[in-house]
Amino acid sequence: MTDLTVKRYIAWRAAQELQAGVVNLGIGIPTLVADYLSPGLVTLHSENGILGVGPSPVPEDEDPDLINAGKAPVTIQPHSSFFDSSLSFAMMRGGHLDATIIGALQVAANGDIASWAIPGKDVLGVGGAMDLVVGAKRVIVATTHVTPKGEPKILSKCKYPLTAKGRVDTIITEYAVFKIRQSKLYLVEKVEEISFEDLNQITEAPYEIGGNFKTVVREELMHALS
Amino acid sequence: MSEMSVGSIITNVEFLCAEEAVSKIPNKARMMVGGFGRSGIPEYLLETMIETTEIDGLTIISNNISEGSNLHHLFMLGRIKKAIGTYYTTSKEVVKAYRENRIEIELLPQGTLSEALRLGGSGIPAFYTPTSAGTELAKNKESRMFNGREYVLEESLTAKVALVRAHKADRAGNLIYRKSARNFNPLMAMAADLTIVEVDEIVEMGELDPEQIVTPFIFVDVVVERGREND
Repeated sequence: MTDLTVKRYIAWRAAQELQAGVVNLGIGIPTLVADYLSPGLVTLHSENGILGVGPSPVPEDEDPDLINAGKAPVTIQPHSSFFDSSLSFAMMRGGHLDATIIGALQVAANGDIASWAIPGKDVLGVGGAMDLVVGAKRVIVATTHVTPKGEPKILSKCKYPLTAKGRVDTIITEYAVFKIRQSKLYLVEKVEEISFEDLNQITEAPYEIGGNFKTVVREELMHALS
Repeated sequence: MSEMSVGSIITNVEFLCAEEAVSKIPNKARMMVGGFGRSGIPEYLLETMIETTEIDGLTIISNNISEGSNLHHLFMLGRIKKAIGTYYTTSKEVVKAYRENRIEIELLPQGTLSEALRLGGSGIPAFYTPTSAGTELAKNKESRMFNGREYVLEESLTAKVALVRAHKADRAGNLIYRKSARNFNPLMAMAADLTIVEVDEIVEMGELDPEQIVTPFIFVDVVVERGREND
C-alpha cells in the first residue's frame, strides 16, 4: 500500500467509529476522516470558532475569514454557528464534544498520549491539543502503527512529553484497533494482512485480546472504499 | 428611535485615523493582538504602527505569529521582546530567534490562553483548568484535586493595549465580527486598558441589531476604519 492508501484506510476505519454527534478532527490523518463521515449525522467543530464545518470550497468561493484549525478554507452548513475562542474551548474542555480523532507521536497502554513535543527539541507549539484531549468525551487516536523510522508508537509508557494522562479510548492503525479500558490495552480488531507475530514485533505495549475480537480483510475493505 | 435622540448619544469611544490611534500605544507595551492563522489579524493597525511609530520592546499576547502577517513583520524588525501564545513552530524565523535568545516565549494551551483573556477582562485573576495537568506545561504551576481530578492553577491575562479586528462598529463603538475572524478578538477587547479596533465599516447607531452585538462599546476605546486617512 502507498502512504496515502495507508492513511486513507486509517481515516476510513476511524470514521466507522462515529455514528453521530459533534466531533473535532485533528491535523494530519484525522483531517481525512471528514471524507468518510455520514453526511448530516456528524457535525464538525473547529477550535477557531465554528460549529458545523462544511467541505472545502471551490477556489472562487474561498473566504479568508472562513478557515479551519489547519488554516485551510472551509464552508459552513445550514446549522453552523460562529463564536469566540473562549466559547469554542468551553465546548472542548467542558466535555461537550462527543469525540475527537487526533494523531499521536506515542500512545501508552494506560491511555496516556504524547502528541506535541519531542525531547531535546524546542517546545514552541501546543495549540489546542491538550484541551481537546482533556475534554472530549471520547478520544480516538488515528495513527500509523509505527514511526517513519519503523519505531513502535504504541508503548507500555510514553517516552515523549505527555499531552494528557489516561485519556485515550481507542487507537486505530493500518493493522489494528485497540481499546483502552481501566488502563489496560485490548486488541479488538486485526487485519488479516498481518500475523500476530509481526503485530507483536511492532507493538511495544503488552495487550490482551478483547472479548469481541475480530479479524478483517483490509484489501476487501479498501476495495469497497475506492 | 428618532434622529435627534441618536445624535445626542455620546459614548467614551473615540473614532480616529490609524496613525492617531497607534500613537497612543506606549513603548515597550504589553499588547494583545487578535487573530488565528491569517484570519482576524488587525493588519491595518499593525502596518500603521510599523510605518509611523518607533515602538519596540513589545510583549505580544497572541495565538501565534503567522508568517506573512504584519505581526510577523513587526517581529522580523526585532520589535517584539517576548511572546505569550500557543503555537510558534509554523514560523522558522521565530524558532530561530528563540534559539538565539532574541525572543522570549511563554507557551500556553490554547484553551488556557482564551480563558485567561476572558477572565482577565472579567475581574478574575486566576482559575483552575484540567488542561495540561500532569504535563511539562504544568511543571512549575500549582495544582489541586477537585472531585478526584487534577486541575492546574493558571493566571488570567490583562494588558496595556489590545489591537482588535472586527467587521463593523456603530457610532457608539459596539462591534460585530465576521465568521472565523472573530477568534480571540472579543476576549482581548475585554482584557486591555486601551482597546483599539480596526473595522471594515463604521455604521450609524441603530444599524446593528442589539441582539447581534458581540462586543458592547464599554470594552472599546478607539475605532479605526480600515483604509481611512481620517475620520
